[in-house]
Amino acid sequence: MSNEKGWGMRAFDWFEERLPIVSFIDHSVGSKYPAPNNLNYFWNFGSLAGFMLVVLMMTGIVLAMSYTPHVDHAFESVERIMRDVNSGWLIRYLHANGGSFFFIVVLIHIFRGMYYGSYKAPREVLWWLGIVIYLLMMATAFMGYVLPWGQMSFWGATVITNLFSAVPIVGDEIVTLLWGGFSVDNPTLNRFFALHYLLPFAIVGVVVLHIWALHIPGSNNPMGIEVTANDKIPFHPYYTSKDVFGLGVFLLFYFTVVFWFPNAMGHPDNYIPANPLQTPAHIVPEWYFLPFYAILRSIDDKLTGVILMFGSILILFVVPWLDTSRVRSANFRPIFKVLFWIFLLDCFVLGWCGSQLPEGLPLILTRVGTFWYFFHFLVLLPVVGWIETPRPLPSSISTPVIASPAE
Amino acid sequence: MRTVLFAAFAVILLNELPADVKAASEGVELDHQEWTFDGPFGGFDRQQLQRGFQVYREVCSSCHGLDYIAFRNLEAIGYSEDQTKVLASEYLIEDCCDDQGDIFDRPAIPADGIPNPYPNEQFARASNNGSLPPDLSLITKARANGPDYIYNLILAYEDPPADMEEEIMFGMYYNTVFDGNQIAMAQQLFDELIEYSDGTVATNEQMAKDVTAFLHWAAEPKLEVRKQTGVRVLLFTLVFTVLAYFLKRRIWAGLKH
Ligand code: HEC
Ligand code: HEM
Repeated sequence: MSNEKGWGMRAFDWFEERLPIVSFIDHSVGSKYPAPNNLNYFWNFGSLAGFMLVVLMMTGIVLAMSYTPHVDHAFESVERIMRDVNSGWLIRYLHANGGSFFFIVVLIHIFRGMYYGSYKAPREVLWWLGIVIYLLMMATAFMGYVLPWGQMSFWGATVITNLFSAVPIVGDEIVTLLWGGFSVDNPTLNRFFALHYLLPFAIVGVVVLHIWALHIPGSNNPMGIEVTANDKIPFHPYYTSKDVFGLGVFLLFYFTVVFWFPNAMGHPDNYIPANPLQTPAHIVPEWYFLPFYAILRSIDDKLTGVILMFGSILILFVVPWLDTSRVRSANFRPIFKVLFWIFLLDCFVLGWCGSQLPEGLPLILTRVGTFWYFFHFLVLLPVVGWIETPRPLPSSISTPVIASPAE
Repeated sequence: MRTVLFAAFAVILLNELPADVKAASEGVELDHQEWTFDGPFGGFDRQQLQRGFQVYREVCSSCHGLDYIAFRNLEAIGYSEDQTKVLASEYLIEDCCDDQGDIFDRPAIPADGIPNPYPNEQFARASNNGSLPPDLSLITKARANGPDYIYNLILAYEDPPADMEEEIMFGMYYNTVFDGNQIAMAQQLFDELIEYSDGTVATNEQMAKDVTAFLHWAAEPKLEVRKQTGVRVLLFTLVFTVLAYFLKRRIWAGLKH
């Protein structure tokens, strides 16, 4: 009797035989997924990104229940959410700032991958899928920012959609298609709402592929070397407990902004209803677009600017081949490590430049920053891979780093 | 690594937060005021909001609307339901339609929005030399450093310096805070322009401060509940995080490194 299963377990087994979904999850992110035992806190950001995606979708669907995608009502409906819908202010501030925090988390996640060389073989496809997610996020956030139909919504949409007119031959057709007419207007708002609702679900799909691709080679680790089964621990309960703690720390930051600085990441002009007849003095996109906005404006020729801007993201797809070093982790690559931090600084500089008018010092910095951005990927990455002598790699993640054999 | 992580967060936050402070610093120095709604626990002073509403009603409302505020909302700043009924009934508004299908006038009720001074934009512009007095219900959020900006703006009238006198266009007034230093709104506040019903002396600064506080309430009526909720949420998250930390330590303690 004692070793016989209770009815609960039997029902569970019955179900699992027919649809083994619980063991599927357990294999994906549970006790059957072996992970290296040396992952540091930078490995928390993947699950944090997944968490933010869920938060954004849940708050977004609730917002959509009270939001009206019409040029005459959108702004007002958002204000009604803020004032008259029960806890509407909370839902909206969670969503609006959630977008920013989603980007913070994903950017740290991406830079983590760059620092530890997680894009190198055999994880190239995993890396690609990450960039696809990043592109979809940017499209989603851009269209979301248009929805409240404030001044920055309208003018941001006008500036960005207009970029596509630089495309040779079909440029104007593309712009007309995006607008659904001959200027940013009600049809634009409608299609942006439809797509803003749709794209997050597409992101979920790509996230599933991303995790699938992760499970083929397994997680990389701070040392960037292959990990033997001995040095692996089950994801659950080790990394689930670590991720939950990291989530708590993250939430402290997120909630501080939501409850005390809810408008700090937005632009005051977006509390002015859209007015097609009045151009704001200074059109700036959301902060996460600023580096790309700077690259766009680094050059006078519109088409070149657009190519550089899209190129700055698309170039990430070929990074696994531009980086010629076989050593993954920057911890063992003295020159690359320095270049990494310079590159990060360069992104911050470009971000600052994007918030300034393109003239004088900001313009010079923009050009230097843009040059460095591409120089880093196209020249430094391959060359450094060839000339750099990496520090000796340990034979396993549990052996302490040994002195180089020459000594 | 953990310190790097926290530092990264801090850098990003610091990089972002001053965004709206920055915008204002491109213009003039603003004289920073102490607001009751500043700080992590700050809230509104109902007495001040009522004074501010009085300033709005007796001065600003002849040109500026307050689209998102209905009379019933004034209960939140301390008026009783009956008082909002009386306040509302002092306004006549157009309604549609009576039994004959005609538009008719009736006294406002608490559910009605505070009526706009002008029937439409053209009318508003025609009455103000072509300029449009903006709706004030979101104004403190629609300007960088909103409350300080509004406070300074409505006090910043003086005689133009000699070299600018020529440039001031017809129907414009010199203002040291407004972008471009020429504004289509004349000075509105003068000492003791109104008589406060609570006996406070209506100096220029007092009125400016009160009406700004009122406008900030109008822009962010959920400010108090937001911060109160925030305190509870943050405390909960803090306890949760500490517990999660010890749980994590406990689980990891079984591993030998
Ligand atoms: C006689 C009509 C009139 C009255 C009364 C009036 N205003 Fe104005 N106000 C205007 C006009 C016109 C503008 C537009 C100014 C411009 O764009 O140059 C304006 C603009 C403003 C602005 C926006 C400034 C900006 O940064 O764009 C604020 C804030 C403001 N008024 C506050 C007030 C307050 C507070 C009161 C009451 C104490 C008040 N106004 C009373 C006509 C008026
Ligand atoms: C990838 C996930 C998502 C991101 C990055 C994102 C981002 C954004 C952003 C930046 C805004 C503008 C916020 C503002 O300033 O007001 C916004 C608004 C909005 N979003 Fe999303 N969103 C996501 C998912 C969703 C989903 C799944 C829905 C469901 C329909 C949704 C519905 C809305 C609505 C209705 C608005 C307008 C209301 C408002 O402006 O607050 N969002 N979104």
